[in-house]
Amino acid sequence: MSFFDLVANIGSETVLFAVPLLLVALGGMFSERGGIINIALEGIMVVGALVGCIVMITLHEHMGVWSAANPELAMLISVGAAAISGLVYSLLLGFASIHLRADQTIGGTALNMLAPAAAIVVTWAVYGRGQTSINFGNVAWRRITLARVGGDPETAGIFLRSVFKSMYVTTPLAIILLVLAIILLYKTRFGLRLRACGEHPQAADSVGINVYKMRYAGVAISGFLAGIGGLAFTLAAGTAYQSTVAGYGFLALSVMIFGNWKPMNIAGAALFFALFKVMGNYAGVIPFLPSFEGIKFNAWIYNILPYVVTMFLLVLTSKRSRAPKAEGIPYDKSTR
Amino acid sequence: MNKMMKSSISLIAALISIVAGLLVGLGVMFAIGGQEPLRAMGILLTSGLPGNPEFGKVLYQAAPLIMTGLSVGFAFKTGLFNIGASGQFTVGSFVALLLGLVFKMPWYVCMIGAAAGGAIWGFFPGFFKAFFNVNEVITSIMFNWIGLYAVCVSIANIPPMLPRFYHPSGITNETAKFELAGNPGGLIPKIGLDKLFGSPYMGAGVIIAILLAVLVWVILNKTTFGYELKACGLNKSASIYAGINAKRNIILSMVIAGALSGIAGSLYYQSGVSQFGIKIELAPMGFNGIPVALLATSHPLGIIFSAIFISFINVGGEKMQQLEYSTQVIAIIIAVIIYFSAFFFLVKGFLAKVIGLDKSNVNAEPAPVIAPAGEESETVLIEPAEREE
Repeated sequence: MSFFDLVANIGSETVLFAVPLLLVALGGMFSERGGIINIALEGIMVVGALVGCIVMITLHEHMGVWSAANPELAMLISVGAAAISGLVYSLLLGFASIHLRADQTIGGTALNMLAPAAAIVVTWAVYGRGQTSINFGNVAWRRITLARVGGDPETAGIFLRSVFKSMYVTTPLAIILLVLAIILLYKTRFGLRLRACGEHPQAADSVGINVYKMRYAGVAISGFLAGIGGLAFTLAAGTAYQSTVAGYGFLALSVMIFGNWKPMNIAGAALFFALFKVMGNYAGVIPFLPSFEGIKFNAWIYNILPYVVTMFLLVLTSKRSRAPKAEGIPYDKSTR
Repeated sequence: MNKMMKSSISLIAALISIVAGLLVGLGVMFAIGGQEPLRAMGILLTSGLPGNPEFGKVLYQAAPLIMTGLSVGFAFKTGLFNIGASGQFTVGSFVALLLGLVFKMPWYVCMIGAAAGGAIWGFFPGFFKAFFNVNEVITSIMFNWIGLYAVCVSIANIPPMLPRFYHPSGITNETAKFELAGNPGGLIPKIGLDKLFGSPYMGAGVIIAILLAVLVWVILNKTTFGYELKACGLNKSASIYAGINAKRNIILSMVIAGALSGIAGSLYYQSGVSQFGIKIELAPMGFNGIPVALLATSHPLGIIFSAIFISFINVGGEKMQQLEYSTQVIAIIIAVIIYFSAFFFLVKGFLAKVIGLDKSNVNAEPAPVIAPAGEESETVLIEPAEREE
């Protein structure tokens, strides 16, 4: 593998894995800016990916011709299903932590434990007993190919080739959603109100903002984005869904903290984290990294890398870290 | 409300969560069809009862659950959420197995080593929380994964820990038995309990766990140290003002919580019936410590019973598989129990109102015993004062 190919591969895979991190971390940001700690992101991703995959395969099996003719539309339907299911699942967290004023961390932990178990049960129910994974490897239209957008894979330059090496509809969608998130959070009345509810809900309430409604909205947006993120991760990770997103929901939480609860910083943090994850996969061919040859399961050593880097960064940036002031505290009208 | 009434209301709230969990589990079984959901539920609820051969297994698995439950509960008392019990359990197991299989140490040395290993894994989240104010939940989760990967790679690369080292046809994806490694003294003594209960699973492990639960109760309720820890959990600022070293207490609390989870690993793998499998899957034993602690509202003696209960439905769930129901139904039941425990305090306030003990507003409940992070509990504590205005 030439040096340019290596850089191109690492670049395209970094973007591929940054997309789910970005989407899910943006989701966490909306929830926390509204004052609800959403530790259930992992579980929401699992649910979103499950429903997204089921819809994708159903489209492939029952409307195969139409889907192959309109691949982007079919993918958008799958993504939409993932988003809606994530939103619905996140309302469980909203209900417990907003209306019932439950401990948000514990409620979120319950949802994280529930999601993979429920996903396996659903997989069994839909695809037969003992099935633990949903294989979508034969859904050819899930990827946007260079030919689809009118390019010629034979003659295209290395840049185009690497951009379209693993391009899914979720990648452009993530960029659009990032822009929308910035506008929504900073340029609209809703965004200002949401942030107020996360900083000082009593003050927000006193000027007539419905704190409960705003917090529900924050959690719902986070569920929507995390659902899409779950599907984006599953598409990036391989050809089958196995009721897990391998800790990405938690990594996204650290991306959010490292990104200081700000959309653009989160985007940068997501790219940075994804780079470290991808570097581990290419450790064997990157000249300056030790490859730990002769050690069994040496790939696992590099799997530790993103977590260790996260820890270092969280410690180093803890001084300038500024979380929404009222996050984690159930809002009680009587404390106004 | 007197103390007696309070604890009975806690018990009723716990029972409500359990019933809700079981009903949801039953609903799931009806929804996915299969044969006879009611019979499956019957198996789930009876196979772990005393007198059945599975009872020994219930007590065997309860021992590490008591320890992880104590671990989570101990951290709760200091206002910390130790979601890292899983990683501490894994690292503790590794140290115990390393000392036992490679260095041929007696069982109690292995157990102390496991406690030290877990303590180190608990130290990091506590340290980062105390000195850098990094949320311990995030750190613990990161350390779960770091610990799991590091332990799996280490075991795979230390040949004397694998059966293949002792026998050419031995497998390489799980650790060797203590007998195979020539160190039967590394196993926790059975002291005749296996014969008494007619189950190879029984041993002194559960007795050690119960004794440690009593020890934790004494530390929390009868020592100055325990008082300081609880004060930090209830109101960090007030305890700093009173001259308590909050940073030191946060770290110590996580170190002790880690040590308790580490011992859980020792109790589980030094039993002679389970071997550590090399696979990338976070140890469920650690996560099950969360419902154990929540159901008992972190009371060390209550944890003994809630651990036996969680172990009981897990063992029942394994039996239930014979009717073609996935054991995941148990995971769903446990998750629902945690979900309901999250709003325990609302349920408790409601109960108090129904029984008529508490004539005041539901919102005027005292600060939760399970106080989350520092800031939250402060707000809870200043509530009444604000309301008087």
